[in-house]
Amino acid sequence: MAVHTSQSVVKAAGDDVARGRSRGTGNPPPPGRIRRALSTHWYAWTMVAPVVVVIGVIIGYPLVRGIYLSLTDANERNVARSIGVNHLPATYKFVGLDNYTDALTGEQFLGTLGWTLVWTVSCVTITFALGMALANILNRKIAGRSAYRMALILPWAVPGFVSVFAWRFLYNNDRGLLNKVLAGGGFDGIDWLGDPTIAKISVIVVNVWLGVPFMMVALLGGLQSIPSEHYEAAEMDGATAWQRFRHVTLPGLRPVSTTVILLSTIWTFNMFPVIFLLTRGGPGEATQILVTQAYKFSFEISPRDFAQSSTWGVLILVLLLIFATIYRRVLRTQGDDW
Amino acid sequence: MRRGITATALVAALALAATACGSDDKSDSTSKSSGELSGTVTWWDTSTAGSEDKVFKKIAEGFEKLHPKVDVKYVNVPFGDAQNKFKNAAQAGSGAPDVIRSEVAWTPEFADLGYLAPLDGTPALQKQDDFLKQAAASTKYDGKTYAVPQVIDSMGIFYNKKIFKEAGVKVPTTIDELKTVSKKIKSKTGKTGFYLRGDDAYWFLSFLYGEGGDMVSAPDKTVTIDNPAGVKAMKVVKDLVDSGAAKTDATDGWDNMQASFKNGDVAMMINGPWAVADTYTGKEFKDKANLGVAPVPAGSVAQGAPQGGHNLAVYAGSKNLDASYAFVDYMTSVDTQAQVTKELNLLPTRTSAYAKEDVVNNEIVGFFKPVVESAVERPWIPETGSLFAPLVTEYTKVLTGQTTPEKAVKTTGDSYRKLLKGWK
Repeated sequence: MAVHTSQSVVKAAGDDVARGRSRGTGNPPPPGRIRRALSTHWYAWTMVAPVVVVIGVIIGYPLVRGIYLSLTDANERNVARSIGVNHLPATYKFVGLDNYTDALTGEQFLGTLGWTLVWTVSCVTITFALGMALANILNRKIAGRSAYRMALILPWAVPGFVSVFAWRFLYNNDRGLLNKVLAGGGFDGIDWLGDPTIAKISVIVVNVWLGVPFMMVALLGGLQSIPSEHYEAAEMDGATAWQRFRHVTLPGLRPVSTTVILLSTIWTFNMFPVIFLLTRGGPGEATQILVTQAYKFSFEISPRDFAQSSTWGVLILVLLLIFATIYRRVLRTQGDDW
Repeated sequence: MRRGITATALVAALALAATACGSDDKSDSTSKSSGELSGTVTWWDTSTAGSEDKVFKKIAEGFEKLHPKVDVKYVNVPFGDAQNKFKNAAQAGSGAPDVIRSEVAWTPEFADLGYLAPLDGTPALQKQDDFLKQAAASTKYDGKTYAVPQVIDSMGIFYNKKIFKEAGVKVPTTIDELKTVSKKIKSKTGKTGFYLRGDDAYWFLSFLYGEGGDMVSAPDKTVTIDNPAGVKAMKVVKDLVDSGAAKTDATDGWDNMQASFKNGDVAMMINGPWAVADTYTGKEFKDKANLGVAPVPAGSVAQGAPQGGHNLAVYAGSKNLDASYAFVDYMTSVDTQAQVTKELNLLPTRTSAYAKEDVVNNEIVGFFKPVVESAVERPWIPETGSLFAPLVTEYTKVLTGQTTPEKAVKTTGDSYRKLLKGWK
């Protein structure tokens, strides 16, 4: 932040927003500063007010309520309900950090976290590698380049649930295309979603398929912003293709790739539809990631365990915040002013 | 900022969903108390789509002929989703139907949560003594009646007579016979002998009962799933799959089971009357006589299948209670039940319906009636509907080799004890 010294009104307003929101969390700055901020930037304040209110309502309230529920023993049977003639008051009580202790000492959370990490790391790595390869291929002048680009963006253009259902049909044990092809070649069918290990691979494949277009488009944009003079200069110096890739392309892509890796990690970590629609976390709980398990607590088991679900939700948030912070720190120490 | 939003949105969504889920608007419906019924009655039916649903839609809309001012809105909700969908809508107070076809185990749970209107003394409950005792049992909770029995069922073994003839085998009566029959079918015809549903623990119950086990024992408040009988039952199903006598799936079990049985790829499956109409649509069963039904094979200790069925319940928050009561009465009347039996081979819940000609002559009913009478009744406590979720996870894990039978029943038993406070 220190690098930016812009004095524009917009920038100043941005700083004020941050200050204004921190005030809301019960940490009031000296009154003189507020008055000064108000008198200097009243216009900016007015302009951001609606956004602050909307964010407060749609993010702040649910977030606070989620955290509150995670400190109680709320479930389907003890929350307030009002159905026609029946009015039932809330009877859940505050239990402190019990839910967190249970989650962090129990096998289930740590086990699920382990697979979630494997899932995230493998999905992001493979997606990034494939996206990078395709972007480099499509950055060259080849015949039918725009047709290829279009075709590769298609998975992104199809609504996620549609493609996941399509994959589910492909994977079907008896009637799926994949097993029919195998049978045609004289091989035994593979139980794509029924065998715990293969199911894990299957869900990763689908997520990679869904994620590659985003990576490819973002990296292609990054590639096109690398000035061709750099390549020419490298060539003049006698750099091989690999050296050009290693020392021109990769550093040139750095701003783009750091951002897409961060985004992709967060998205994959919380990739609900792929897991839920493909396997529902099964077989057993082999492919259950943190979000799908949190959903299961809240919507699939009965009585629905709102407290535990919120606890997992808060833990997911904390994990991602820690990840994002460390990631930023590491990048900054490597000389990135991002 | 952006990543902050992405991450917080998840928690936000979770917390929000807990309080405000489902926002379908329901058309405002009213009915005059003075006489003629009017308004809209929305009915969520859970019957098998593609076969049973057409008949139920037709019958439900027949109510409009009796009460021209009432508009019946028929909605078919997949059975697997209905329990959660109804809970979401009922809790949010909007988007819930007026009448729900509630599976027997769901009824006490919905009643306990306060989602159902008590029906004692309302027009919905007519000639209560006429209902079969087993069918009426699940409609009562805490001294009140919350639903009216619509159909009753149990399970049997469905087999393809043609394949049996080809392989020269007889219907198995024990699990050991099931294994040998299945192997013989495989060697003679190349077809799979038996399909075992691996993604729904309801299909595990007859094996559990066969070894003398049960999920819980309500009279002495004891969890029984982790008894030796439970371990044995898990071993039995695992052995069926491992030995190749049965095939299974961890997902899409219902669709795969029906598709392969209807197609003649599988010779046997365990199923109930609700599957008959759908099975008859398969190419192997154009000649209905090709479908054979027999009692489920016995285990080493006993022979038994679970008693199931469906009730019709009225949502407590319905804006049109009077018409809903009348609709429930119409749907459970003797004539309607006889018509359902005639068209769908489902079993009536009224004693007097069994005297009707259509019912007397129905072969499927003739088979299932004694099965239902000796079927194993589950305890009708609010938690009965919650017992399957922990069991199915472990059941699938056993079938896919992720855990041992011993560990599986132990984990299930632990979650039951968490669920049933104070039980042994």
